[in-house]
Amino acid sequence: MASYIPYTGEERQAMLKAVGLDSIDQLYNVVPESVRVKDLDLPEGMSELEVGQVMADMAGQNRAFRSVFRGAGAYRHYIPAIVKTVTSKEEFLTAYTPYQAEISQGVLQSIFEYQTQMCELTGMDVSNASVYDGASAAAEAVFMCQERKKSAVVFSGTVNPQVLRVVKTYCESRQVPVTVIPPKGTATDLEALKAAIADDTAAVYVQSPNYFGVIEDMDAVVAAAHDKGAKVIMGCNPIALGLLKTPGEYGADIAVGEGQPLGMPLAFGGPYLGFMTCKQAMMRKLPGRIVGETTDHDGNRCYVLTLQAREQHIRREKASSNICSNQALCAMTASVYLAAMGPKGLRQAAESSAAHAHYLAQQIAPLGFGLKEADKPFFHEFLTECPMDPEALCKKLEAYDILGGLPVDGGILWCCTECNSKADIDRLVAALKEVCGK
Amino acid sequence: MKLLFERSRPGRGMDLLPPCDVPAVSFDAALLRDSAPRLPEIAEVDLGRHYTELAKQTHGVNDGFYPLGSCTMKYNPRVDEETASLPGFTQVHPLQPLDTVQGSLEVLWKSEQLLSEITGMDAVTFQPAAGAHGEYTGLLLIRCYHQSRGDTARTKIIVPDSAHGTNPASATMAGFKVVSVPSNEMGGVDLDALRAAVGPDTAGLMLTNPNTVGLFDPNILEITQIVHDAGGLCYYDGANLNAVMGHVRPGDMGFDCVHVNLHKTFATPHGGGGPGSGPVGCKAFLADFLPAPRVRKAGESYEFFEPEHTMGKVRSFYGNFLVVVKALTYILSLGKEGIPAASAGAVLNANYLMKKLAGHYDMSFNTLCMHEFVMTLEKLAHDTGVTAMDVAKRLLDFGMHPPTMYFPLIVHEALMVEPTETESPETLDQAAEVFLKILEEAKSDPESLHHAPHDCAIGRPDEVTAARHPVLRYDFDA
Repeated sequence: MASYIPYTGEERQAMLKAVGLDSIDQLYNVVPESVRVKDLDLPEGMSELEVGQVMADMAGQNRAFRSVFRGAGAYRHYIPAIVKTVTSKEEFLTAYTPYQAEISQGVLQSIFEYQTQMCELTGMDVSNASVYDGASAAAEAVFMCQERKKSAVVFSGTVNPQVLRVVKTYCESRQVPVTVIPPKGTATDLEALKAAIADDTAAVYVQSPNYFGVIEDMDAVVAAAHDKGAKVIMGCNPIALGLLKTPGEYGADIAVGEGQPLGMPLAFGGPYLGFMTCKQAMMRKLPGRIVGETTDHDGNRCYVLTLQAREQHIRREKASSNICSNQALCAMTASVYLAAMGPKGLRQAAESSAAHAHYLAQQIAPLGFGLKEADKPFFHEFLTECPMDPEALCKKLEAYDILGGLPVDGGILWCCTECNSKADIDRLVAALKEVCGK
Repeated sequence: MKLLFERSRPGRGMDLLPPCDVPAVSFDAALLRDSAPRLPEIAEVDLGRHYTELAKQTHGVNDGFYPLGSCTMKYNPRVDEETASLPGFTQVHPLQPLDTVQGSLEVLWKSEQLLSEITGMDAVTFQPAAGAHGEYTGLLLIRCYHQSRGDTARTKIIVPDSAHGTNPASATMAGFKVVSVPSNEMGGVDLDALRAAVGPDTAGLMLTNPNTVGLFDPNILEITQIVHDAGGLCYYDGANLNAVMGHVRPGDMGFDCVHVNLHKTFATPHGGGGPGSGPVGCKAFLADFLPAPRVRKAGESYEFFEPEHTMGKVRSFYGNFLVVVKALTYILSLGKEGIPAASAGAVLNANYLMKKLAGHYDMSFNTLCMHEFVMTLEKLAHDTGVTAMDVAKRLLDFGMHPPTMYFPLIVHEALMVEPTETESPETLDQAAEVFLKILEEAKSDPESLHHAPHDCAIGRPDEVTAARHPVLRYDFDA
């Protein structure tokens, strides 16, 4: 059995004696006898060597594919080597939330840097220190927009279904009415969206590029929402923002998204990172930790957790959110990633992802994988027809060590990043030809 | 210290990606951003040194004693980090065909079995990404339960005034009204106040036991009975589970659902404030309301399924999966004997340190404590002007992270000390000496303590200005 208790049995007896006890059991005398655990049904403990093997065996039951053409909310991008080196530093890894600023300047400054980078990326004024993931960020953003006479929220049906489901769950308990506008093909049904925005609409949520990879007409969305006094929440992909027009430029009020593409591995869904930025006017409604710059008594520049009057440990039931822990180390991951990539590298990743996706779309169209809607601009994902059962197709691709696109609505949602080289794509195309018998 | 942006020089950077090997896409100019984000342009060596410098100004568990009450800052085993870095876990997509992710499903399933046994529950979800997220999920379970019975009058959640701030905040998030009940003179639940508070509008009670003053509430069976008799459910906040695991189980104490903090009790690192993981366990009668999907065994393999009356989802995919891998590694390492031994060690260490300080510092309660104890510096502050804040700040000079300050709210000038089981008696002895030395200083030179710390990277920050004139991002134009 492994134990991380540093002292020996003899030393433990001495400590017990020091507190005036004879046995460990006496520490629990206050617990009613009827509920004391008699026999805990757990396996025997293991040595480090054994547990390492057991876990490696479990990991071995998973299959990591050489080529991944699947996205749909989780993306395999290149992760610079320095990212893991930095985030594995034990100081960052093992620290708690930086309540004691005097010995936490490292973590605090890194969050301040992250906040700045996210503002730059999204074209917004203020960022928080992160929330759990893109879906909970979307839900928190909806709550930020609640006003006394405006509580309803209108969602485009082109939003990632994971996000939609989380938002619906959050909104149900707070009795926030949610309307989801069914997509028109692979894009937002702008007419229907416009018609759904009413005087009691607090916010409109549209994701661009959307679930199907399509770049939405955000200008039209913003105009329609603001016309009725509703806020606009834009869901975005942070890599796309290296290239595409920002929520700030579109005039959105809040930008949120899944930060996983910024240096986090796929990891079967987590840990990921929810980012949230907003316009200055909404600053005090932003949930979660926020780091601000100030000075110490000698005038030295330093950083602290700030605007805490919004938070649960001060406001209790009147807090803007219950969030306490966030995803600090993931925020640092994103920050190191963005610093390593720089403006040029990030743009290169975005351009390369888009270029590979468009190349793939072009190569597979003649094989019966035509775009569902050819006239819509897309970024690095696209929905195609599928000449055979999509699940069966993907199963066959596994033999080529390829994770194909995601079966969606009888078609396939493909994704490329900078990691899917031309050779990689050509290999997929050759496999598709074989599988489809062309 | 310079910011990343102040180290940036135009044209510098790293060579990370190859030139694009397929034709570029020409997007309509209206779809493109006007100007590039002002991300730093830095060489790898300078980026590396930047973070090494930041690391030197960060106090982690490996930098010294970290007795931060209610946060369970125990040692984070290295093998847990290794197993969570296995490519089989890190390189799999959350939407892969299930026959290609059987290992991940086994991790979730095994962890569910083990945590069910430790907490006395029947089912567990790993979707919640933190403790507060777990509280929220547990409260949604309670909400779904009452609604499924058409019992819509149950709109109130009872929370003791000693509770963590997340409890009432989570209740509000989940659409409940909060009823605060006062504590008794031992920091426990006042049974008469509880009896007066429950009724046909009671949805449930949120409670942590041991409570936030570090005492086990001996009336716990009566407390849960009172709530059940009134038709409410009992929610166990697992923040303090490290005191009792393997000794007494929430499920046996009458609780219907529970969250545990893998980043406290099960030794996964806090990461400077996340990622954590706050799995929620519940009794069988609530399992049908859990978030989707859940894992089950089908013959020799594992599969996902949708609980019949699921609340929906509280997070995308399946939660902070790699954190679950670390916690599973930890639980398997400790096993049947190690789990209760860890808790007993935590309780022993707390009592050992308390004993050394009692008689010098005033304790909020003079009795055996569980895994943490709360000192009250009210008299010290009255006599010398030295506050809990001053003592906490002076501790920084000795390379020690201070205890939690000014919590719980029911104790004045509180310092809440949680040593955890992974500290040696030498460390505790040294910490006690430091505390006593500071007490001497408070009597001989109180003025100097108001200005502590003296030997840290910075002095006390001006938090008032930070909040009144918020500067929340770097100003590139300054």
